[in-house]
Amino acid sequence: MSNIDSIRGTERQAGKKIGGTIGIFLFLTLLGLFMAMPIYLAVIMSVKPVQELFIFPPKFYVIDPTLDNFRDMFQKLSNLWVPFSRYVFNSVLITICVTAAQCFFGAMAAFVLAKCDLPGIKLLNKLIVLSLLYQSNVIYIMQYIILAKLHLIDTYGALIFPSMASPMCVFLMRQSMTAFPDEIIEAAKTDGADMFMICWKIVIPNQKPALMTMIIFSFQSAWNIQGGTLVYTESLKTLPTVVQQAANGGLAYAGIAMAAAVFMLIPPVIIFMVAQKQVIETMAYSGIRD
Amino acid sequence: MKQEERRKLLIKIKQNKECYFMLLPFLILFFIFTILPVILSLPIGFTDFDMIQPPKCIGLSNYETLFLNDSIFIQSIRVTLIFAFLTGPVSYVLCFLLAWLINELPAKLKTIFTLIFYVPSMANVYTVWQLIFSGDCYGYLNSILLQLGLIHAPVQWLTDGNYVLGSVIVVQLWISMGAGFLAFRAGFQNIDRSLYEAGAIEGISNRWQALIYITIPAMKPQMLFAAVMQIVSSFTAGTVAQSLAGFPSTDYKAHTIMTHAYDYGWIRFEMGYASAICMILFLIMLICNRSISKLLGQGAEDEQY
Repeated sequence: MSNIDSIRGTERQAGKKIGGTIGIFLFLTLLGLFMAMPIYLAVIMSVKPVQELFIFPPKFYVIDPTLDNFRDMFQKLSNLWVPFSRYVFNSVLITICVTAAQCFFGAMAAFVLAKCDLPGIKLLNKLIVLSLLYQSNVIYIMQYIILAKLHLIDTYGALIFPSMASPMCVFLMRQSMTAFPDEIIEAAKTDGADMFMICWKIVIPNQKPALMTMIIFSFQSAWNIQGGTLVYTESLKTLPTVVQQAANGGLAYAGIAMAAAVFMLIPPVIIFMVAQKQVIETMAYSGIRD
Repeated sequence: MKQEERRKLLIKIKQNKECYFMLLPFLILFFIFTILPVILSLPIGFTDFDMIQPPKCIGLSNYETLFLNDSIFIQSIRVTLIFAFLTGPVSYVLCFLLAWLINELPAKLKTIFTLIFYVPSMANVYTVWQLIFSGDCYGYLNSILLQLGLIHAPVQWLTDGNYVLGSVIVVQLWISMGAGFLAFRAGFQNIDRSLYEAGAIEGISNRWQALIYITIPAMKPQMLFAAVMQIVSSFTAGTVAQSLAGFPSTDYKAHTIMTHAYDYGWIRFEMGYASAICMILFLIMLICNRSISKLLGQGAEDEQY
């Protein structure tokens, strides 16, 4: 027992010198400042009063911070035909449905794609990557036609169904699952577990980082779904659509546009923090050494 | 003989009903809303289609025009290739390197740094770069350079043909720590710790050795995923250039293939032509993906497309 402990100790100490860690920290901080600067400017911009837009030289801080931009945005939004809460409800509903479906169906499909060597699976794996590579604006037209044939235009379905299967998420999850040891699956099979059990009770709990990352991607894409031409009834439109509308219009609205962007960013950032915390808490020990 | 094989296949499918059943929900949705539209859109490149009248078959004429009569398309291929080969590898390596460096830090710092690097790719905040690159003296970059005395007149970062591609590349790099980066972060976190313990016994003594002998081999699947995502994002870039440099950009200096397709598809409504443009882009990306899968080698062999 003490032997193992000491080995773990050496792994930690010998592998990671404290000086190196400080160096990494400094390097990342420098780069992080460059990355964070525009975000900082966006936040600053969103609390900047209009009269401060044209000060030379432009300031990196706000002399007289104000929430006017946010107030203006909400004022614009609350004067719409449909109460603002309706858009929030639509977006929340769509986000929950899409994220849940993407993760539930996706994780299950990824398991089969990664761990079952069956006829057709290889082809499907190829199709997933090819579909990611094939980007064409004609696809949207064809999707529209298909949705129209299914009588889904101008319903929640038009916004939810096409996003429920995300090839990107499945691809990510599948790639992560390929590293899962086959021996454990075989052992579980011998013990009488069926594939469904193996998938949900053994493999997926073991893929927490990939699963959480998948949730981040799903949530983010679902939260940003814009109806576009798929829905035209005002009460079915989503939050990004109307926020975009409120933010449109020249330099005088630059502050409002930034306020809108910052406002829309809050929920995905919260989900990101929660999910990322789970990722980081993962300490993988498969228990199998081969 | 053939019948025998078919019978075996059927038996195998029947035996593994459960697996196919688990695949089914995804498969149905994926087929209806992704594969079917793609299949339907494939032949559009050989037609004349304005979205009002039904597509008219015109053979290869779209492709002929593209390569023989459309000098802007040739320019857009050049811009796209420059763009992709400058941003692609750089951000791919950065994604991996940063994800790894973050992994070496204590847990609390991990979340913060991951957030900082990931947020730019999250939303359409990149319009803030308009304030930085603004062509008058109120732009942040210009004002700093003016005050430092490095320039004497404001530089038109987004409209001067000499600078526009560079400016857009900077912004593209800034938003590129996206899917690939997070996949790497997740991958690093899920590497079996016992591998490192075994490595310590075998004499691995510093992080570089651990990186090369343990971490990189274990990260092959994520590296493949990130490569695909990187190819897609660097070859299909266009919206960033469009919203920053305007449309069309000065002398088409930031005119990517995607922008060209957007132009013909959503502005001129020549969907057939736009579809042909996208097809060329797809082929370029396919070749690129093949070579990268080869480059990643061994562990990726069964993943070659």
